[in-house]
Amino acid sequence: MANVFASIGDWVTERAPGLAPMYRKHMSEYYAPKNFNLWYYFGSLAMLVLVNQIVTGIFLTMNYNPSAAGAFDSVQYIMRDVEWGWLIRYMHSTGASLFFVVVFLHMFRGMMYGSYKKPRELVWLLGMLIFLVLMAEAFMGYVLPWGNMSFWGAKVIVSLFGTIPVIGNQLVEWIMGDFLPADATLNRFFALHVIALPIVLLLLVVLHLAALHEVGSNNPDGVDVKHGPKGNRWNPAAPTDGIPFHPYYTVKDLFGVGVFLIVAAFIIFFAPSFGGWFLEHDNSIAANNLLTPAEIKPVWYFTPFYAIVRMIPSFAGTAVWGVLAMFGAIVVLFLLPWFDRGQVKSVRYRGTGFKVALALFVIAFLSLGAVGAGLVAEAIPAWFGNVDVTAWENAFGRTMTLIYFGFFAFLWAYTHFGWEKTKPVPDRVTMHD
Amino acid sequence: MTKPTLLMKRILPAVALTLGLLVAGQPAAQAAEGGAALMASGSGVGDQASLQRGAKLYFNYCVGCHSLKYMRYSRIADDLGLTEQQVMQNLNFTGAKFDDPVISHMPAEDATKWFGKEPPDLSLEVGAKTADWVYTYLNTFYLDPKSPIGWNNTTLQNASMPFPLWELQGQQTAVKKPGSDAVEKLELSHPGKLTPAQYQQATRDLVNFLEYVSEPAALQRHNYGIWVLLFLALFTLLAYLLKKEYWKDVH
Repeated sequence: MANVFASIGDWVTERAPGLAPMYRKHMSEYYAPKNFNLWYYFGSLAMLVLVNQIVTGIFLTMNYNPSAAGAFDSVQYIMRDVEWGWLIRYMHSTGASLFFVVVFLHMFRGMMYGSYKKPRELVWLLGMLIFLVLMAEAFMGYVLPWGNMSFWGAKVIVSLFGTIPVIGNQLVEWIMGDFLPADATLNRFFALHVIALPIVLLLLVVLHLAALHEVGSNNPDGVDVKHGPKGNRWNPAAPTDGIPFHPYYTVKDLFGVGVFLIVAAFIIFFAPSFGGWFLEHDNSIAANNLLTPAEIKPVWYFTPFYAIVRMIPSFAGTAVWGVLAMFGAIVVLFLLPWFDRGQVKSVRYRGTGFKVALALFVIAFLSLGAVGAGLVAEAIPAWFGNVDVTAWENAFGRTMTLIYFGFFAFLWAYTHFGWEKTKPVPDRVTMHD
Repeated sequence: MTKPTLLMKRILPAVALTLGLLVAGQPAAQAAEGGAALMASGSGVGDQASLQRGAKLYFNYCVGCHSLKYMRYSRIADDLGLTEQQVMQNLNFTGAKFDDPVISHMPAEDATKWFGKEPPDLSLEVGAKTADWVYTYLNTFYLDPKSPIGWNNTTLQNASMPFPLWELQGQQTAVKKPGSDAVEKLELSHPGKLTPAQYQQATRDLVNFLEYVSEPAALQRHNYGIWVLLFLALFTLLAYLLKKEYWKDVH
């Protein structure tokens, strides 16, 4: 039997001599720093969720009807009449939310340990492109069940483009193919959601990993293992503090996958709508252009960005500033490697100013999420009694928007003018045994 | 293993706490349209006898006007432990086939003429409004001489629905706040066939049934979920031991 496998292997190698070296480069001889901590699980988990979305998405596509007349009914058909349809749909809907959970944590990891810094700027840029495409993918997927919040969410989000002077209105009609979200909108969003954007997403993920494996992984100490001592048990030229990705990190990630699946399964089987956060109540009502939901708000993972749109007032006769600020909030993330001039990567050895700024950034991001979800507007009368809710919400939301953008401005000044007092960075990674 | 960093110790719990608060805060967000707090329905789909009683109430009092277009009679039989004969004799009054969905016989034009609008399909009512809302709604009808149908509701003001369960609950009247038209509380002025406690249980049964109708898969979810979690716990334990074994030589 072993002979059979060996001869099949030889047969393949003869015809595709590049395969085995590729496996070695990316798996068995990719030397990753040995000191990865909990934060390093989320990259592989994002890949797991991506695979889940594609596989469950294929099965949903088999039973979903992408038309304004049939979409809502076909989702109920999947939930009730398709064998295991409910499980496939809940895996897909829970997967969508958990995708953003792991991606947000993955990005935060990068910010914390300086993984965006030289020589990994390209890895960061490709990752940000993945995030951007993921947002488009999630938005279009959210429209497909054609519930009332799908409809009104689509209307509000697409209308953002209507604030662009001169061409705005035509642009909105062009995007929707109609004056309202309608059959044409649903058809094109379906096409983009199931084929166009997933292809782009997969390509970007391949490039993100390829770029990473060229320069090697960062780690919680932010020191480059490639510049450390050479020679380990597997290869005299490989970094001493590196270990082969396979099997070390594949078995470690397998454990991470187990923990993640326990959380995911708990949600899928016991709280799939997650109290109205993953699947919203208004989406149990079919799309209806005559019935406006009491409160239109996007799904939770868009709320920080949506809050920025709402917090920026219109002036000079146009409301485009809020939309520009929202896109700006993503653009500044793209440019993070150039805002931050500091040489020290990891938060462990950076100045107090950076630590405080990063903590404030996280608080601002979560607070903006709470504003966008309407939680702040609810909390104000409960905590402060009879006050002007809109004015208070604006004051709070604008402060948080200022802190969000202020983080990047501060980071530039802090590192450009040499105000940062860093701690000495060790020569090699520290293993906290 | 690595020592948890300050960020892991401080920020992760903070994030978990925020998420927890968001989830816990959600029921409060679902206040009634009138602003009054919702009653706690204590609903759930785990009690089959309750689901059967709820189905009986639904088919005696509600289905005349409200369809359940996504629900088949046969599925109700399967899920609620009823035979085809029981369902066809006791629940199906429209002559529909066993595999047909539950469709009310009320003509749409007549309904619009009588009530101003067609009574809504209730297949997804609990999903759309929450179980607590439906429960509160069914407990807050009161006699209102100013309303064209004679009834009003504090949960959904000026509802165009007459109160079909009045013979069970009896008649409630509104006690107004002095010098205002706002309803302060409801009082049972004429008792019905059921005591208040029995009526609350009856509406709980009805809400349980509608919660089941809103998502029949909930019954399967709960059954499979526990086994899936047990399997994953075992899998994760083995993965952990495997990781530990492989990482023995990494220092």
